Amino acid sequence: MPLWLELTIRVAGVVVAFLTLPLIVGQAEHKVMAHMQGRLGPMYAGAFHGWAQLIADGVKFVQKEDVTPRAADRPVFQLAPLVALVPYLLVLLVIPLGPDDLVGQALDIGLFFALAVVGVGVVAVLMSGWASANKYSLLGGLRAAAQLLGYELPLVLAAASVAMAAGTLSLPGIVEAWEPWWLLWQAPALGVFFIAGVAEIRRPPFDMPIADSELVFGYMTEYTGLRFAFFLLAEYVGIVVIAALTTVLFLGGWQGPFGDDYLGWLWTLIKVFAVSFVIIWLRVTYPRLREDQLQRLCWLVLVPVALAQLVLTAAVKIAT
Amino acid sequence: MGVPGEGLAKGLAVTLKTMTRRSHTRQYPDVEPDLPPRSRGVIALLEENCTVCMLCARECPDWCIYIDSHKEEVVVPGAARARQRNVLDRFDIDFSLCMYCGICIEACPFDALYWTPEFEYAEYDIRDLLHDKSRLGEWMATVPPPPPHDPNGEPSKEETAAVKKAAPR
Repeated sequence: MPLWLELTIRVAGVVVAFLTLPLIVGQAEHKVMAHMQGRLGPMYAGAFHGWAQLIADGVKFVQKEDVTPRAADRPVFQLAPLVALVPYLLVLLVIPLGPDDLVGQALDIGLFFALAVVGVGVVAVLMSGWASANKYSLLGGLRAAAQLLGYELPLVLAAASVAMAAGTLSLPGIVEAWEPWWLLWQAPALGVFFIAGVAEIRRPPFDMPIADSELVFGYMTEYTGLRFAFFLLAEYVGIVVIAALTTVLFLGGWQGPFGDDYLGWLWTLIKVFAVSFVIIWLRVTYPRLREDQLQRLCWLVLVPVALAQLVLTAAVKIAT
Repeated sequence: MGVPGEGLAKGLAVTLKTMTRRSHTRQYPDVEPDLPPRSRGVIALLEENCTVCMLCARECPDWCIYIDSHKEEVVVPGAARARQRNVLDRFDIDFSLCMYCGICIEACPFDALYWTPEFEYAEYDIRDLLHDKSRLGEWMATVPPPPPHDPNGEPSKEETAAVKKAAPR
């Protein structure tokens, strides 16, 4: 296969995943949240149990007027949604779906790349919060900055633990090195990574920057139409990315009970959707954390646990 | 003090349990709601029973019943003189004013007014909520049969009256 064809196929595959997985997760969120609250959720769009609800939402967003506030910093305001969205697209590039190079681009420093790129999200939030010229947006943006910078640390420390255990920074390499007993060994890191990940994508119960009951809609207050839709899409891609990273780092990626070689992609997808379900489940169950509780959880619980996990990982690694 | 995190786990269990149960949503426009008996949807008029006594209009707390009538002479063959009879010209209920208290129905001595559970008579203009006697008469078809007598309740007035009459003086 010529190089250009292979590249095209890989990039197209990533784009398709980028466009479909968030929609599936979004639809699942509609339905799961509704049923957890004793409702039915969307039932009309697409005739069968509202399967086309998000497509209808997308069409609606496209039709809406694209308003930029007069006092806003125009270019920054308009660029922010793209800055929020693109990093997640890039992360999907390095997440392995199955064995034998079934990945957009296998980087040797894949983990490093993924964490670095996910960290760009804070820039988008600060851009939108500052450029909106709105006090609620600014409050939301600053809260988000404080939250993202704080939770970056446990996220990276937990990821470092698994990288240390596997002895590589390559995501496929970590999956190959993964063994089922790591579920126990790396359990604290798994918890820290997952919680920090949920906070990193600002999902409830960590949605203090958005906090619609007190900050209107946080840093997204002034956005309308397609740009708002981009922010929403970024949130759902974020769920997919965090679920995929958790899967690849801690849950053994494509390793399943049987048929890893030809069913690997299926195991990965099942695990990604299971983790996404848990993220939705947490959103439905728990109320929003207060700002001080949020920071307390990060600095007084997650960071010490992640550091202890690093020590444990190092000890076990040296002992074996 | 229980196990730390017990409350968090309980919360998760509640939402998960709710998800597995049937949801409470009623698919209203697609599925007709099953309303309880004696639902107060709208007031229907049985025109034949109305004697234009005006009791309902007078008892109505917000004066939403409008009645017009005229008298007609009825010549009964064999009678000494012609009888007079009230003929109902207009019987309107303004449902934009009506507060569904049902006093008119209680007040009616001739059972000309009935509750029906029919509720789909919304209008785009508030003035269209004034319904005339033909519209009120159409709703008679939707009046449910009266619920059976509660065996534990008091006996009906007719029954007690009959027992009293039959009792020896």
